[in-house]
Amino acid sequence: MFQSIEELVNIANSRNLPIYEVMIQTEIETTGNKRDQIIEKMSGQLNVMEQAVQRGIHEDIKSRSGLSGGDARLLQSYLENGDTLSGSVLLDAVSKAMATNEVNAAMGTICATPTAGSAGVVPGVLFGLKHKLKPSREEMIHFLFTAGAFGFVIANNASISGAAGGCQAEVGSATGMAAAAAVEMAGGTPEQSAHAMAMALGNMLGLICDPVAGLVEAPCVKRNAIGASSALVAADMALAGIKSIIPCDEVIDAMYRVGRMMPPALRETALGGLADTKTGRELKKRIFGTDDQLSVTEEK
Amino acid sequence: MKYRSVFDIIGPVMVGPSSSHTAGAAKIGRMARKLLGVMPEHVKITLYGSFAETYKGHGTDVAIVAGLLDFNESNANLPDSIKIAQQKGMDVQFSVDKETQVEQPNTARIHLSAGDQSLELVGVSIGGGKIEITEVNGFSISLSGSNPALLILHHDKYGAVAEVAVLIAKYELNISYMEVSRQEKGQLALMVIQTDEEISDGLAAEISGLPNILNVAVLA
Repeated sequence: MFQSIEELVNIANSRNLPIYEVMIQTEIETTGNKRDQIIEKMSGQLNVMEQAVQRGIHEDIKSRSGLSGGDARLLQSYLENGDTLSGSVLLDAVSKAMATNEVNAAMGTICATPTAGSAGVVPGVLFGLKHKLKPSREEMIHFLFTAGAFGFVIANNASISGAAGGCQAEVGSATGMAAAAAVEMAGGTPEQSAHAMAMALGNMLGLICDPVAGLVEAPCVKRNAIGASSALVAADMALAGIKSIIPCDEVIDAMYRVGRMMPPALRETALGGLADTKTGRELKKRIFGTDDQLSVTEEK
Repeated sequence: MKYRSVFDIIGPVMVGPSSSHTAGAAKIGRMARKLLGVMPEHVKITLYGSFAETYKGHGTDVAIVAGLLDFNESNANLPDSIKIAQQKGMDVQFSVDKETQVEQPNTARIHLSAGDQSLELVGVSIGGGKIEITEVNGFSISLSGSNPALLILHHDKYGAVAEVAVLIAKYELNISYMEVSRQEKGQLALMVIQTDEEISDGLAAEISGLPNILNVAVLA
């Protein structure tokens, strides 16, 4: 069992194991479940992610509120034209992150990574890298264990809840997890994974959770999109040998403390930020103002 | 450690849109349902903190009712739970308390009854679909969710605890923490047992079959 990123990296190095293997062995140890069962379950999570991505880029997804849906497909057709500013690997990842969150917003089935509101980043990066790195199915499953290992430390030492720590705890965590896993899949070292996560999460510090009308749609879908792009950029930086000045565990601690300082209005209450703009308030009124979606009695 | 498994992070598989406000809420509802043991007839739900401010957008109300119908967080019928509950004759009342200061942002209090049975439970959704139960029938309990746990409502009679412990040993589980509380001597009591290993459905079913046991719920 590892309690910090430093410990995780040390275990991997001292036993000469990749991060995913440390996570699998830890899972066997703590749950008592067999290795096959654990791999099988992760394979099931991967299937759910793949189905959500496919739905999002092929089907006509619209949420009940109308605030989200269709942007993943827009980006896919833009990509087909081939003339993009930031490149096809990055934009494919961005599109697949949005696909997942659009399906989530439409109350479709997704796999939380680490939460539903931030469920796009990890699969977006994974499926976005598929054409570039051509991973086997086994390697894709390993990517998820590595992402899980890094997320595990954040969840236990800080928070993965937007209501507790803002969006930095959700999309911030997902971005760090995806960056670390991308490094490992590309052949980087455990230290490089840790630096990628530190840079990715460090860049998200202070990000508030301000869902318009309280819906997990705006700005959530686009935060996942740009989270996926940040994850890839942070991974490339780490693979190039760039190091985070502040160690990963201290970045996680900083994220936790920033979350504690955030007023409730900026922590998933829809009372601040983009939710509390002229348009944000108008949308809330349009969606819930006259036509209350509750069909049961509500007492104030 | 609040999160113990990699599947707390890469998971759960669930119906959107929020792991804390939808999946976690469904789990809190389902814990209440399991402890009552039957389909509730009357339900009062009070939401606090972020739950109170954003439950509509997240479908928190819909998710808690789905849990009360014994649906899990990945059940495709979850979005239609309120209609299904109405068809089954479940009377649900919601209230929103934005005044009371709660320690954790996503807190729900659920009072439910069926015939002469009733139950009150307070649950907290801590993020990523993980929940904690902080109160059952007025008993404050400390269930951090770090380990798998059994919540067992039982008759306050000699042997009740021993019989449960024997079954847990039979399944080769190690108890890491245990507390027993009761309202009055000889009346209703609550056992909270945390284990190091995961609790199987088979064990929960066998415990339910014991003579002094009323209802069993598993917190994974």
